[in-house]
Amino acid sequence: METKYTAQDYKKGQPRWCPGCGDHFFLASLHKAMAEIGVAPHNIAVISGIGCSSRLPHYMNTYGMNTIHGRAAAIATGCKVANPELSVWQVSGDGDGLAIGGNHFIHANRRNINLNMILLNNRIYGLTKGQYSPTSPRGFVSKSSPYGTVEDPFRPAELCFGARGHFFARAVATDAPCTVEILKAAHAHKGASVCEILQNCVIFNDGTHDSVYNKEGRAKNAIYLRHGQPMVFGVNNEYGLMQEGFGLKVVKIGENGVTIDDILVHDAHCEDNTLQLKLALMEGPDFPIALGVIRDVEAPTYDEAVEAQIAEVKEKKAYHTFEELLLTNDTWEVK
Amino acid sequence: MSEQIIVKERDEVIVRFSGDSGDGMQLAGNIFSTVSATVGNDICTFPDYPADIRAPQGSLTGVSGFQVHIGSGKVYTPGDLCDVLVAMNAAALKTQYRYAKPDATIIIDTDSFGPADLKKAAFATEDPLAEMNIDADRVVACPITQMVKDCLADSGMEPKAVLKCRNMFALGLVCWLFDRDLNVAFNYLREKFAKKPALAEANIKVIQAGYDYGHNTHSSATNVYRVETKHKVPGRYMDITGNKATAYGFIAAAEKAGLKLYLGSYPITPATDVLHELSKHKSLGVTTVQCEDEIAGCASAVGASYAGALAVTSTSGPGICLKSEAMNLAVIMELPLVVLDVQRGGPATGLPTKSEQTDLLQVLFGRNGESPMPVLAATSPTDCFDAVYMACKIALEHMTPVVLLTDAFVANGSGAFRLPNLAEYAAINPPYVPEELKGTWTPYQRQEENGVRYWAVPGREGFQHILGGLEKDNKTGAISTDPENHDLMTRLRQQKIDAIPVPDLVVEGDDEDAELLIVGFGGTYGHLHAAMDEMRAAGKKVALAHFKYINPLPKNTAEVLRKYPKVVVAEQNSGQLAAWLRMKVDGFVPCQYNEVKGQPFSTNQLISVFTKMMEE
Repeated sequence: METKYTAQDYKKGQPRWCPGCGDHFFLASLHKAMAEIGVAPHNIAVISGIGCSSRLPHYMNTYGMNTIHGRAAAIATGCKVANPELSVWQVSGDGDGLAIGGNHFIHANRRNINLNMILLNNRIYGLTKGQYSPTSPRGFVSKSSPYGTVEDPFRPAELCFGARGHFFARAVATDAPCTVEILKAAHAHKGASVCEILQNCVIFNDGTHDSVYNKEGRAKNAIYLRHGQPMVFGVNNEYGLMQEGFGLKVVKIGENGVTIDDILVHDAHCEDNTLQLKLALMEGPDFPIALGVIRDVEAPTYDEAVEAQIAEVKEKKAYHTFEELLLTNDTWEVK
Repeated sequence: MSEQIIVKERDEVIVRFSGDSGDGMQLAGNIFSTVSATVGNDICTFPDYPADIRAPQGSLTGVSGFQVHIGSGKVYTPGDLCDVLVAMNAAALKTQYRYAKPDATIIIDTDSFGPADLKKAAFATEDPLAEMNIDADRVVACPITQMVKDCLADSGMEPKAVLKCRNMFALGLVCWLFDRDLNVAFNYLREKFAKKPALAEANIKVIQAGYDYGHNTHSSATNVYRVETKHKVPGRYMDITGNKATAYGFIAAAEKAGLKLYLGSYPITPATDVLHELSKHKSLGVTTVQCEDEIAGCASAVGASYAGALAVTSTSGPGICLKSEAMNLAVIMELPLVVLDVQRGGPATGLPTKSEQTDLLQVLFGRNGESPMPVLAATSPTDCFDAVYMACKIALEHMTPVVLLTDAFVANGSGAFRLPNLAEYAAINPPYVPEELKGTWTPYQRQEENGVRYWAVPGREGFQHILGGLEKDNKTGAISTDPENHDLMTRLRQQKIDAIPVPDLVVEGDDEDAELLIVGFGGTYGHLHAAMDEMRAAGKKVALAHFKYINPLPKNTAEVLRKYPKVVVAEQNSGQLAAWLRMKVDGFVPCQYNEVKGQPFSTNQLISVFTKMMEE
């Protein structure tokens, strides 16, 4: 789709992230996606919390705020509810979004505020120089866990679905086409849209997403999910996913009598999230990592419902100004 | 301006217990009278038996009432209309509501409002409150029957006997509302049922349960306190509580400024009524978001402010602790925000339903970094309206968060409120960035006259900008860690607050030749004024200077405080205003009167303390 904007129209300043940081790749994809979406820069607000990735609004030629640690989703909520006309993007890292900001993350999803919620997941605290995050795997060794962590991580999709999220998509930061695709889908989706971006931290957690970080790795270790398409993957699309009992299994097409017709077809719009969750939670080495739009289900949004309720009550009630409000009370005259 | 102020306290309360003739309303009323008499109240009671002794249960003709008028002064009559009406069933509400004041608190047993009960009481619909035009906010709706059954489940009592204890639950709840000592009631029952100790203990258990219910639900009787001027300005009046006046002030300011009103809030006693009130008025476009926590209440308001709304968050002291970081974000981003703190007893959860002035230093200083923030304190229930209006005006015109302090006493108290004419209120003109600055404008560009930065609301082409919690360069608005720039920005933020014009401090009473100047702030105005009135009537030379604007202080503060031979700062904390004034006025060392009891001042106590101070 052609719009009158180019990626350049959304760019500002010189990013200060470490060379090779996944944030650079994501930022470029965001500029490109915004140009393709075509909302004017002055009608966009990009709101982040604190952390390396939360510097992102400074590199946007839009409105925006780089706020305080963990509160981006809450601040974005107020921004969107106060002005539903704005296209509001909330950008957080895994610490900002899921540790200190976990409460706001789940409630923004539950309320289904029409926000595009970007979760840049590098499984580490970078700005504070390398502590484990709520997405670091159990046993992860970091400065604050020299003997390995003794806690399980959050899996963002699980948290999003548990909070009744209606949109979840995933892309690898270096994979520009997929990133642009899910950002556009997130914008098109009405309601809270969570985009998990798998992103490398070259300094403190280098290689965390290595299995899917380059094209060759993704061909082997990832599956691109597209609504209505069979779930096939592999260098020559020779593998597919089938249901087995309560779970999924990887099959090779052509082997054991499996044909393309036996392969599951992706349904991102299915209201029941059971299979979508299974897809989102797939991990190597036994399963490919799911990329693309995993869940995209229409539901009433909070901000629209607020507006609709105001319109409805305006229609019903007889008072519409402060002066009229006063006169709804019992009053008396003092002479 | 030296209007005589009257503070009416709990010493003028009328409670009416009503229910079926078999519900034991007379006993409940009698015990409440006894309990009140023991604490020194004068009482006058009026048993109102039904004409029809054997009327069917739940019928209109079977309703029995008992009215108690309690007062600390002489009480001559059982009173006309009650402040609290207990209606144990639908018929009682139907027949007795006519004896309730328009703003009375109504306690009902929801278990006696079923379809059959409503039919017997001749209600036409299933919503008796709406049918009788009773504001649900004034109703304490409680499943009394069920709670009594649960309470006595293990007592081995017959179901019929259990039901006879419902009256004691209502009594316990009323005792909570009026802070009555339950031990007096317990002793009364133990004496009355000396031969049936099990029955006495069952009744006692239920009274305690009713009391605990009030405690657990933070029930309060609105309109127990009234603060009024004796001579009223002609005009049209309504009754209003402090919290309602606060909500109205927000609505008025938003309308005057031409902005959407956004409230981000989380329920907390005693501030929740503001959330309730504002949530009703969607026909005025008011947007309220009940957030997941106090932090989100404030944070979402910061987001709404950035988006161009009049953004407000309401809370009490514990909520301020949680909101502090987001309040500070509004300080550094220089965005308008009004933070309402309805103070209650602290620290921590403290005394949630009681009143104190203990958050003053918290709101002045309780944030990291140099964080100047204007603070106002409403002086009476009706003053909440004007105070909120000014807080909004300052926030919007000076691009700053502002704290408005009220307290549980002011919030739940009421007064006769002269309907304001918005046309007479000062205009509110936010400093929107002028279109001609497009191209050269930067976010921290300031207006010369008051140091206020311009407001560029998202949606305006050519004014895109990024704000944030990191220090910014005073010229470009880009992130800066430059030492000189930070020092300058710190000063600029302080100067901006210092430059906010506030009205001069007014001295009431013997302003020329007072021997004692009483100084206070916020919700104690009525009591301090009443104390001054009485002392002057007794021939003493006394004046009162009461602060509503606390940061910045009125320009004439030092001049006033130094003018009188003796000054007493009287406040419901350990000396927070006194500390603030000593910090701001060189060499000022006042006498202090401090009480932290969770209760309003007693005028008599104040008079005795001040008189003694004058004699020393």
